[in-house]
Amino acid sequence: MKEKLVVIGNGMAGMRTVEELLKIAPDKYDITVFGAEPYGNYNRIMLSPVLTGEKTIEQIMINDLDWYKDNNITLHAGIDKKVVKIDRRNRIVFAEDGTEESYTRLLLATGSNPFIIPLPGHELNGVIAFRDISDVDLMLDAAKNKTHAVVIGGGLLGLEAANGLMLQGMDVTIIHNLDVLMNRQLDGPSAKLLQTELESRGLKFKMSANTTKITSDNEGNVAGIAFDDGVELKADIVVMAVGIRPNIDLAKSAGIHSERGIVVNDTMQTFDPRVYAIGECVQHRGELFGLVAPIWDQAKVCSNHLAGYGIANYRSVATATKLKVTGCDLFSAGDFEGDEDTDDIVFQDPKRGVYKKIVIREDKIIGAVLYGDTVDGSWYFSMMKDGVNVKDIRNTLLFGQVHLGDSGHGEANAAANLPDSAEVCGCNGVCKGDIVKAINEENLYTLEEVRAVTKASASCGSCTGLVEQILVATAGGDYNPTETEKPLCACTTSSHDNVRDAITSQKLKSFSEVSEYLDFMKSEGCHVCRPAINYYLLAAWPGEYEDDMRSRFTNERMHANIQKDNTYTVVPRMLGGMTTPEDLRVIADTADKYEVPMVKVTGGQRIDLVGVSKDNLIPMWKDLTDAGMVSGHAYGKSLRTVKTCIGSQFCRFGTQDSTGLGVRIEEMTWASWTPAKFKIAVSGCPRNCAEATIKDFGVVAVDSGWELYVAGNGGMKVRVSDFLVKVTTDDEAMEYVGAFMQIYREKGHHNERTAPWIERVGLTYIKQEIVEDADKRKAFYDRFIESQKYAQVDPWKKRVEGFDKQSFIPMAEV
Amino acid sequence: MSQTIEIGKLTDIPKLGSRVVKTNQGDIAIFRTAEDEVFAMHDKCPHKQGALSQGIVHNNTVTCPLHNWVIGLDDGEAKGHDKGCVKTFEAKLEGGNVILVLDK
Ligand code: SRM
Ligand SMILES: Cc1cc2nc3c(=O)[nH]c(=O)nc-3n(C[C@H](O)[C@H](O)[C@H](O)COP(=O)(O)OP(=O)(O)OC[C@H]3O[C@@H](n4cnc5c(N)ncnc54)[C@H](O)[C@@H]3O)c2cc1C
Ligand code: SF4
Ligand code: FES
Repeated sequence: MKEKLVVIGNGMAGMRTVEELLKIAPDKYDITVFGAEPYGNYNRIMLSPVLTGEKTIEQIMINDLDWYKDNNITLHAGIDKKVVKIDRRNRIVFAEDGTEESYTRLLLATGSNPFIIPLPGHELNGVIAFRDISDVDLMLDAAKNKTHAVVIGGGLLGLEAANGLMLQGMDVTIIHNLDVLMNRQLDGPSAKLLQTELESRGLKFKMSANTTKITSDNEGNVAGIAFDDGVELKADIVVMAVGIRPNIDLAKSAGIHSERGIVVNDTMQTFDPRVYAIGECVQHRGELFGLVAPIWDQAKVCSNHLAGYGIANYRSVATATKLKVTGCDLFSAGDFEGDEDTDDIVFQDPKRGVYKKIVIREDKIIGAVLYGDTVDGSWYFSMMKDGVNVKDIRNTLLFGQVHLGDSGHGEANAAANLPDSAEVCGCNGVCKGDIVKAINEENLYTLEEVRAVTKASASCGSCTGLVEQILVATAGGDYNPTETEKPLCACTTSSHDNVRDAITSQKLKSFSEVSEYLDFMKSEGCHVCRPAINYYLLAAWPGEYEDDMRSRFTNERMHANIQKDNTYTVVPRMLGGMTTPEDLRVIADTADKYEVPMVKVTGGQRIDLVGVSKDNLIPMWKDLTDAGMVSGHAYGKSLRTVKTCIGSQFCRFGTQDSTGLGVRIEEMTWASWTPAKFKIAVSGCPRNCAEATIKDFGVVAVDSGWELYVAGNGGMKVRVSDFLVKVTTDDEAMEYVGAFMQIYREKGHHNERTAPWIERVGLTYIKQEIVEDADKRKAFYDRFIESQKYAQVDPWKKRVEGFDKQSFIPMAEV
Repeated sequence: MSQTIEIGKLTDIPKLGSRVVKTNQGDIAIFRTAEDEVFAMHDKCPHKQGALSQGIVHNNTVTCPLHNWVIGLDDGEAKGHDKGCVKTFEAKLEGGNVILVLDK
């Protein structure tokens, strides 16, 4: 017999948990849900756009009644279905109308209640909260035939309510007890800008106000509101939006330990281990919740335990807020006030209505407030959560990611104003309209979901900021900020770093050992974790771990790039971009012999034979390797090319022999596997014809030696490299190349090029490890050379000799 | 009418790998899972004809090498939010030999 799960509360937290549970353990429970609201489950966040008229109730339903049927969930929904009693001894819950259900496990998701200030008059007709559909109905009704609205509370909810009522034609005054609006999210200057903007739209404010009572007419309806300074305002309705209180009465009456909220541990269990609790009704390590981002995390953890996997732990992370008032761009996260130990970096342009403040402690961002231009909000936020050291970029921090060389969509911040036909994701050809449609029709909340459904920002990611903005503009809050220590993929909760640490500390030597040790949910992994872990194992155990061809992406398995018609390309290595007439003849003959449809000089200074059928790969490689050429690894997460310019051998400006050093470097580094592709260039003078300053490792000659640069990137996000150090001899340059490649090999995440990697770990860290500490540098270099002993085998030759022959020929012809 | 063809040994296909059989109905990819089950389908991704035989095989699915669609080995259906289906064929094992069943 199936176990029985009863959920009390048909809101966002409860149903999200059920959805997650159905994904991972669809058959474990008979599920019954009690909800005190007479609907399916809807997106509470979107009540604001319903109030403004931008959305209808139907549009904000997450799961309609059919969903419950389709998933065999019994739903008891309605005002009289409110659960009033839990009998924990016999494990039965009772609803107001007498409905009872027994449970093996119980989930409390009762949300919270709006706080109503007990002012004289608070029970009059027309005093409304802003929490559920019935509140919105009351407000919309009032807007039809009444004029004056007063909103008590100048926080997020109050402003959204006021804005909605104003758009419905009412005359609205906001009462706030302080002189700073949204004081939990904004500081003085940004709040002032917001107030000015809202005033210009027609909202009125009474700040630093002390309400004394709500006055009434003869029929028990609200008539006005009075203040201690003698002022009286007319009011047909009064909306109270002054905060929420966790809904814990039921839990308390059942003897479940509660303080401000129902107390839960890291696995979302209450003091009664059969009873779980989640959402706004809980208190976790002293903290209460009022936004959905942390609640989604809780739902993941809770469903994992309900499913019996028992491996996830909830840890609260910082959240960020945005205001859902169209046209008010505002972003706030973390500690934006600071104290004596923090520095504020502030940018203010009142005329453009732009204000930015970043609070920094010990070179790390601990909070941010942005007004008017919030494009970089998610960037600051992710650096804040990852604890990124921002010392090196402090001088340009406020100008945003564009200034770090993001050639993406930096300036296009007015996502809301883009036409539906505007292309947002260039890689996958996704327009704004497609994204908006998907968000609305498929009820998407998170960036990950939008990626999965629309493919927008799923490839290069440079449009991520824009997609996030569209998500916020369409669906409301930024509810799924990227998590710190993100899981490597959906097969596991472990992050890249967890996996790497486990491999080295536990001496794990195969994928199955890793997946067993870290309790992967899917034992065979997937196309994301298998290649990553294969690389980590290869990097950790050189010479010992055997490369698993089945965990290699086809290009790396076939040692050739797959093309759109399933043909491949053949790119022989040309060390340092140098070739000879003999080599060129061999290439030309090979191209002739196999009728190669396209011969092309690549951007990496060598020749690409394009459009080769799989059957021809081995014969072509044979001809090329017989003539002494080796694979160019144009296909791999490995060293690609070492580009050079002419240099002092011939060039009239050349100060050093760039071709000579380039060839030496490529001889040392070819065939090395790296987390993502790795490109090097050497220029013979500061004119820099080899474009060395946008390479992963760049070498630029000066009169007295070589300047070394790291972490440059051409391609999608251009990033000019950082100066690392200046050296005088070729040998020193070689040692730095090896050391830098090795530290990247050991610390970089799979698929993370040096540019994002260095922005994550900081240049200072690299300098500490390989510049300031000569012994460490030497040790990194030695480890690189050691692993190259096993790596520098020409894969083409190996296959010509018969290795993995099966992959290249059909199994049968029938 | 269907035609039953012996196309080789199970060991001709690497575990978690795939081989191609050329037929008059086009290339057919034969997959071998970790549990030594075999599956067969057209070697053409429903998205843009990527060679599924070149993909990474995991838990009864294969990830297409061109744009990462994940295709079910048993039903040929695209997983997740992608929509499409590739024609599958019956494949089975008889004493270590792989048998492919083709419609005539
Ligand atoms: C062949 C070549 C174009 C050419 O004819 O010039 C090329 C071809 C491809 N590039 Fe490139 N890139 C080529 C030089 C470059 C360069 C120039 C350079 O290396 O100096 C760049 C910019 C520099 C850089 O990487 O920082 C470049 C930046 C990219 C990017 C963007 C990388 C980034 O981090 O932003 C991608 C996409 C990716 O890797 O995800 C990419 C991906 C690709 C892929 C692999 C796309 C794919 O997955 O199929 C193309 C493979 C076609 C093929 O089968 O050969 N290619 N690609 C060049 C090969 C150079 C070589 O000899 O190996
Ligand atoms: C107008 C508005 C705008 C918001 N905007 C944002 C935003 O932009 N971003 C953001 O992150 N968050 C926002 N929030 C907050 C977000 O909606 C909540 O954090 C979230 O809904 C909490 O989920 P929950 O399941 O804990 O509570 P709820 O969604 O409130 O669900 C609790 C449910 O339990 C039911 N219930 C309670 N007791 C019982 C009982 N005894 N028996 C049966 N049923 C019971 C209630 O009727 C309710 O339906 C907003 C909230 C509101 C009201
Ligand atoms: S070669 Fe590079 S730039 Fe050209 S189409 Fe392919 S990936 Fe794009
Ligand atoms: S062709 Fe298979 S995913 Fe595009």
